[in-house]
Amino acid sequence: MKKFLLLILAAGCANTGAAPPGGSTLKAVRARGTVKCGITAGTGFATPDDAGQWHGFDVDFCRAVAVALFNDPSKAVFLPYTQQQRFSGILSGEVDILANGTTVTSSRALQRPFHFGPIYLYDGQGFMVPKASKVTNAKGLDGATVCVQQGTTTELNLADFARKNKVTFRPVVIEDMRAAVAALAAGRCDALTQDFAGLATTRSMLQHPNDYVVLPDFISKEPIAPVVRAGDDQWLEIVNWVFRAPVEAEELGINQANVEQFQTTTTDPEIRRFLGLDPGAITGDGLDPQWTAHVIARVGNYADIFDRDLGPKTPLGMDRGVNKLWNAGGLLYSPPFR
Amino acid sequence: MRRWVWIIVGIALVVWGLRNAAANLEARGLTIGFEFLTQPANFAIGDTGWLKFAPDDTMGRAIIVGLLNTARVAALGCLFALIVGFVVGISRLSANPTLTGLTRAYVEILRSTPLLLLLLFLSALLHGLPTADHALSPLPGVFLSDRGLYLPSLTELPRHTRFGFVGGTELSPELAALLMALVLHQSAHISEVVRGAILAVPKGQTEAAHALGLSRLQTLRFVIVPQALRAMVPLLAQNCVSLIKNSSLAVAIGFPDVVSVLNTIGNQTGHNVETMLIMVVVYLSASLTVAYAMGRYNARITA
Repeated sequence: MKKFLLLILAAGCANTGAAPPGGSTLKAVRARGTVKCGITAGTGFATPDDAGQWHGFDVDFCRAVAVALFNDPSKAVFLPYTQQQRFSGILSGEVDILANGTTVTSSRALQRPFHFGPIYLYDGQGFMVPKASKVTNAKGLDGATVCVQQGTTTELNLADFARKNKVTFRPVVIEDMRAAVAALAAGRCDALTQDFAGLATTRSMLQHPNDYVVLPDFISKEPIAPVVRAGDDQWLEIVNWVFRAPVEAEELGINQANVEQFQTTTTDPEIRRFLGLDPGAITGDGLDPQWTAHVIARVGNYADIFDRDLGPKTPLGMDRGVNKLWNAGGLLYSPPFR
Repeated sequence: MRRWVWIIVGIALVVWGLRNAAANLEARGLTIGFEFLTQPANFAIGDTGWLKFAPDDTMGRAIIVGLLNTARVAALGCLFALIVGFVVGISRLSANPTLTGLTRAYVEILRSTPLLLLLLFLSALLHGLPTADHALSPLPGVFLSDRGLYLPSLTELPRHTRFGFVGGTELSPELAALLMALVLHQSAHISEVVRGAILAVPKGQTEAAHALGLSRLQTLRFVIVPQALRAMVPLLAQNCVSLIKNSSLAVAIGFPDVVSVLNTIGNQTGHNVETMLIMVVVYLSASLTVAYAMGRYNARITA
């Protein structure tokens, strides 16, 4: 119901401080003085601390946009959505960017009035089962009851996988992820299906994480990218390049710890262009002439962000997997900053 | 005359609202259309009731499955809520202090518990049943576990498989929790309607019946309840309508009612406005149907 009210409210009384459809998001952001980010709460991706500050992988990437525009991480405002409400949030103009683990799909891109920015996490869907069930692969779940969260691509992938492999699953579709996790813990479901990153989050939420295992099968591709409204190329390009900057920085060897040193000493032309020391390459509407340096100093490069929010030292303990640089055997590849 | 002015103002407001919404939706690149109903759903539904449903069936059929699930909850829920409500309402007027105390506690506790909380509590309670491997089996072919209640059907017995049970007739834990929560919650309200309506019948009626030598039960059955019914029917209808609308909380515990299915479709296709319109039509027609049926019944008993 909330979603509908939002849409109708947005449709019925447009121009209430929200970024207007078809208008300049950058202008609205400048006038407001903040970037509004739509997120979905989840350990590692977006969690508030006891001071009300948001932390996490999605949060960091969205915060980078605020840093690029205002050189001030506090200028990012976060609005949590359920997976159900998220698209109304971006379409109604309530947020400027949606960075909440949305999967890029052709139907979303072609049929809905929004655009995807660069892929910032390569994920896939998997299953988590209790160790005691002795299930070792996804096909071994034939006949099982599977808990799944509503409003995500996982619901469709589950049905596809069952049809393709001639197995049957009985889905229990639950709106709130926490309720789905509770159902798994209570034994109502034989398995829980979610993206791998999500499974790591979920596992860390369980009372006895070690009693559960994540099955090795990837049953889908889940490239995660930010979403912006269609019809605002200028804003799309800003989001594109800000999301690419941490990747390029990692490739150039620039990180949060050494960026200041690079700024004062480097003679490498590529790095000088990237950091805005030689003007031209990173100049753009509304962007600070040295926005890349600010982003790396205040948010970090891709490795900094990943290690801080998702990596082995966090409760999620995720491996970089395919989220390594292209020249290290991964899929992360930024177009050149020049 | 005055009335017409208001009607015209009302219509003008609605037209303006719709035009404004349409214009703004178009500005956001959203178009209204129902073609998606004939496209394959590509998702599965856990509890399909009497219908069969596979992911390659259409979205329209998925909605019908959800609709029948809602209808199942509405019909069973209203029936049981009325029965329990009547029994509790009448018991509360009994001369037995234990009975009145118990029913009073029932009403007060349930009326002051938010329905969603009750629903989540019952759902968690049912999750506490034994696992499928240790299912309670009081009779052959009857299994009660955290996978639900499995009973023999006319053609087959339920079988225990690696994951739970297959075959037979089943009552899923989600449906059971939803039905129990709705019946408990609504019956507490209904019992107060019943009690109020009975108390509203003038005391002289009871005294006259007793003077004629009718027993307490006979007085209730032949004198009081028929008169009280007139006062309670509109409110009972109202309670049934509430129950139907409250059944949309199903999504919180994973029962695929019509709202749950429409939410999934809206989210997968982006046709949120259309799915919301369908929801409005579904709940409006359900409410109007109940109101109409109760109106007819009321006309008959008051005639």
